[in-house]
Amino acid sequence: MSGYRLDHGGDIDRTRPLTFHWEGKSYSGFSGDTLASALLASGVRMVGRSFKYHRPRGLIGAGLDEPNAIVQLEQGAQTIPNLKAPYVELYEGLSADPVNAWPSLGFDLLAVNGLLKRFIPAAFYYKTFMWPDWLLFEPAIRKAAGLGTSPALPDPDVYAQTSAHTDVLVVGGGIAGLSAALYAAQAGKTVMLVTGGAHWGGRLAGTSDTIEGKPARVWIEDTLRTLAAMPNVTLKARTLATGHYDHGMVSLCERLTDHLPLEQRSGPRQRLWRVRADDLILASGAIERPLVFRGNDRPGVMLAGAARAYLHRYGVIAGRQVVVATNNDSAWQAAFDLAEAGARLVAIVDARNDPSAALLDRARSLGIPVHTGMAPAAARGGRSLRGVRIGRVSREGRIEGATQTLRCDTLLVSGGWNPAVHLHSHGAGRLTLDTNLQSFTPIAAAGHRSVGGAAGDFAPAAPIPALWSISETGEPDPEAWVDFQNDVTAGDIALAARENFRSVEHLKRYTTLGMASDQGKTSNVSGIGILGTLLDRPMQAIGTTKFRPPYDPTPFGVFAGHRVGEGLRPRRRLAFHDWHSENGASLDEYGGWMRPAAYPRAGESEEDAVRREVLAVRAGVGLFEASPLGKIEVKGPDAAAFLDRMYVNTISTLNVGRCRYAIMLTENGTVFDDGVVTRLGEDHFLVGTTSGHAGAIAEALREWLQCEWTTMQVLVEDVTTCWAVANIAGPKARDVLAALEPDVDISGAAFPHMSARTGHVCGLPARIARVSFTGELSYEIAVPWRDAGALWTALVEAGAPYGLTPFGVEALMTMRIEKGFLHVGSDTDGATLPQDIGFGGIMRKKTQDFVGRRSSLRSDGLRADRRSLVGLEVTDGNPAPLTTGAHVLPATAAAPQPGEGWVTSSTWSPTLEAPLALALVERGQDRMGDTVRVWDLGTWREARITGLCRYDPEGARLDA
Amino acid sequence: MLLIDCPWCGPRAESEFRCGGESPIVRPADPAATDDTTWADYMFFRDNVKGLGFERWHHRYGCGLWFNIARDTVSHRILAVYGITDPRPALEGEA
Repeated sequence: MSGYRLDHGGDIDRTRPLTFHWEGKSYSGFSGDTLASALLASGVRMVGRSFKYHRPRGLIGAGLDEPNAIVQLEQGAQTIPNLKAPYVELYEGLSADPVNAWPSLGFDLLAVNGLLKRFIPAAFYYKTFMWPDWLLFEPAIRKAAGLGTSPALPDPDVYAQTSAHTDVLVVGGGIAGLSAALYAAQAGKTVMLVTGGAHWGGRLAGTSDTIEGKPARVWIEDTLRTLAAMPNVTLKARTLATGHYDHGMVSLCERLTDHLPLEQRSGPRQRLWRVRADDLILASGAIERPLVFRGNDRPGVMLAGAARAYLHRYGVIAGRQVVVATNNDSAWQAAFDLAEAGARLVAIVDARNDPSAALLDRARSLGIPVHTGMAPAAARGGRSLRGVRIGRVSREGRIEGATQTLRCDTLLVSGGWNPAVHLHSHGAGRLTLDTNLQSFTPIAAAGHRSVGGAAGDFAPAAPIPALWSISETGEPDPEAWVDFQNDVTAGDIALAARENFRSVEHLKRYTTLGMASDQGKTSNVSGIGILGTLLDRPMQAIGTTKFRPPYDPTPFGVFAGHRVGEGLRPRRRLAFHDWHSENGASLDEYGGWMRPAAYPRAGESEEDAVRREVLAVRAGVGLFEASPLGKIEVKGPDAAAFLDRMYVNTISTLNVGRCRYAIMLTENGTVFDDGVVTRLGEDHFLVGTTSGHAGAIAEALREWLQCEWTTMQVLVEDVTTCWAVANIAGPKARDVLAALEPDVDISGAAFPHMSARTGHVCGLPARIARVSFTGELSYEIAVPWRDAGALWTALVEAGAPYGLTPFGVEALMTMRIEKGFLHVGSDTDGATLPQDIGFGGIMRKKTQDFVGRRSSLRSDGLRADRRSLVGLEVTDGNPAPLTTGAHVLPATAAAPQPGEGWVTSSTWSPTLEAPLALALVERGQDRMGDTVRVWDLGTWREARITGLCRYDPEGARLDA
Repeated sequence: MLLIDCPWCGPRAESEFRCGGESPIVRPADPAATDDTTWADYMFFRDNVKGLGFERWHHRYGCGLWFNIARDTVSHRILAVYGITDPRPALEGEA
């Protein structure tokens, strides 16, 4: 037991006690506490085990710089790994565990690593586990050297995202941030002021320091009240600025419900903000650095500024017997505040020989013994600090002469302060070394500015002597910790320098200094100082490693926002979606649309249903919803000429009211899309595209018009979802259409195959196209989407006497394979050229250029042995369809060998009662009747190359 | 995230746009008479500059129109925004 709570002071509510659980044991704290302050007040010393050696560790910080108190919060789906205890607000029932101790903090089996420490220095794993393969050892090492555990269950929380613009964004709610926000707001600007923690006032919150003649506590309250009353100011606590990106965008992570008991949470847990501001003011403060000396990681060694924060914010005294060790003035203030609050100050140890008289007088008046020109040689103790041995220290950090031991349970240290330049650096701001601070400060940058501690503007600005590494040998001490979270010591840095890892980025990778979840907030500058001393180079020349967002780990959920599960890619529903569902359709996703795969009846498998649906279409009539088929209107005086440039086929020769099947290429010559083009008027076309591809085609058409043929007068509009489309197909399709009383002549002579009419169907305005993907007589009836229900109801009613059978995508695909109709994306890939799918003749006849023509005629496109699309007839008597993707091999093949092609589409044909397939095969079109072997995962099949169309090759049924 | 000043819609976030690469790319006037090397240059070869580059962007989730920008590919500074058929503007510091 060491830390304890005062009965007064701090921004906590002593009338609202809270119970929480740490490592399974119950503790209590108060509303306003963090997990860290409540543990400290409860006398808990050891809060974690170190990453590599599993050494016992205590709390050293009071914010996101904390490297030791890394916790796993809650269990099951709610669990969150690797949170910093000083940033976890306490709530009733909170449950947390340390992350790196097994089976428990007190008895950690892997602490044996600590005993072996001298055998596992930096890069030990890299050097040792090379043979036979690092990957063999990695899992066990990762487990031993891990941090928290990722949740294994889906995240039950939801996350929100939003954007904002403001004249001024101020990052940081300390004195500098509050002042900057007030100044800007009073000038009439819209201001957004954000701070990461729950409290305002930064390091001075709750203190009696004087600001503009008022105690800090009062000044902060007054300023907040003024700001809150101004309509042009937005204040957001619990909102951490995590990154600063191109053109001044700042990301914020707002924690909305994390401070509430689990059962009281509702709505989004966190919210991502993307904020752009005309002026960005960074008031992110500064981070204190520890002193580096032997045993400085013993639980009980804490940053002086952190102890001061625990006192003033939470009314907690960090220990019973306190020694303060420093090289600068700030730690003295912590000693004075603690002494005045009743703590027992054993001594102040200052490496400087001449601290100011004011400090010495104050210490004397408080009865605190002072040792100048001295520094800690070693901390004593195991799981808890018992004392510190101090001695005279040279400018280089060497302890000289005799040492003495001071008994204490708490050692507060300060090696100076580092401006939090992270966001400045994210925004490409440069840094310079301030030799008064012995740290890096921002160089003024365009687009943002740093103020207060973040700019290195400390008061008083007394120069701080460099004191990077203290040791009794004069060499960096292998048991003096620099990076607590990653277990990197001064000795490890010396080892890296000795082995020539001298670039600061190499040092980071070799030793892991500054890695992990705190990214070296307390350690980086000290590491650079030590390396600079070893190499005898100025710190400015060594520089810092690159700062990258986020400032603190941010949940993936925040970045995903609503784009998870069904929200990742919103599914589109058909016009007759409800009818399909009510009539037994099994729905599947096809190109983003939820479409009926088939309509299995009770007792039917999907295979049975497909077979029944195909036969119903072939013998009678079927009904299919074709709304997703892409529909793009192309209109204007140059529309025909434009489409001639876009399609392999010639479009300008099409008569009004007629349709043409056509294919489109990319400029690289490969097949891009196919569909039916209808000429609605002289200068008006309806371009049909593959389902789900209309957006991409419309975009491509517009790009050519806007960027290449800029003088053509053509309008392109994607109207896919303006029209709902019902397709009736089968020999009785005309009878069903006639029953709907269309106002156009639908006789075979007046309305032939591949033509289109505009008129009315059962009183609804409609576009009717006589086109077919099934091989049967077929009409596509398009009505405005709002009329979909009326059309479908009328069709179902009119079709009943003819046995109108709804059919799904799978039946349609089966019928198109029977007909040998191409399906772009199944029977073509990113290398398929028009000549591979039977469009060579059309290309040769067309004289003018079109998109992709030149590319399709490169030497590779002219090779005689290109693969072409053919049909495959199965000859081995096995009724199972060939596997799509199976390899096509020569008839002589006895073992797998490089193939001549592959199966692109395959099905059981209910019409022909045989398996059918399409395939891309080398010289396929010249090899009709050849036998081939088809191999798939060890299974051999026999087949013969045929033409594509295996059903009604003369097309008599289409023209019926 | 870039802030792009669409000539029609004003400054908007990069996520509303699509980059169409270097601009202008001149399509050979008579593709059939163009040799493979020249055609390949048109199809595939781009300057990939480090520094000042010219490219076309599409305001995909906005007005739907294409336009040109001059952008420093190192600093991401956008030096000019101009119409798709406009000539490249003269820029300060350009050789």
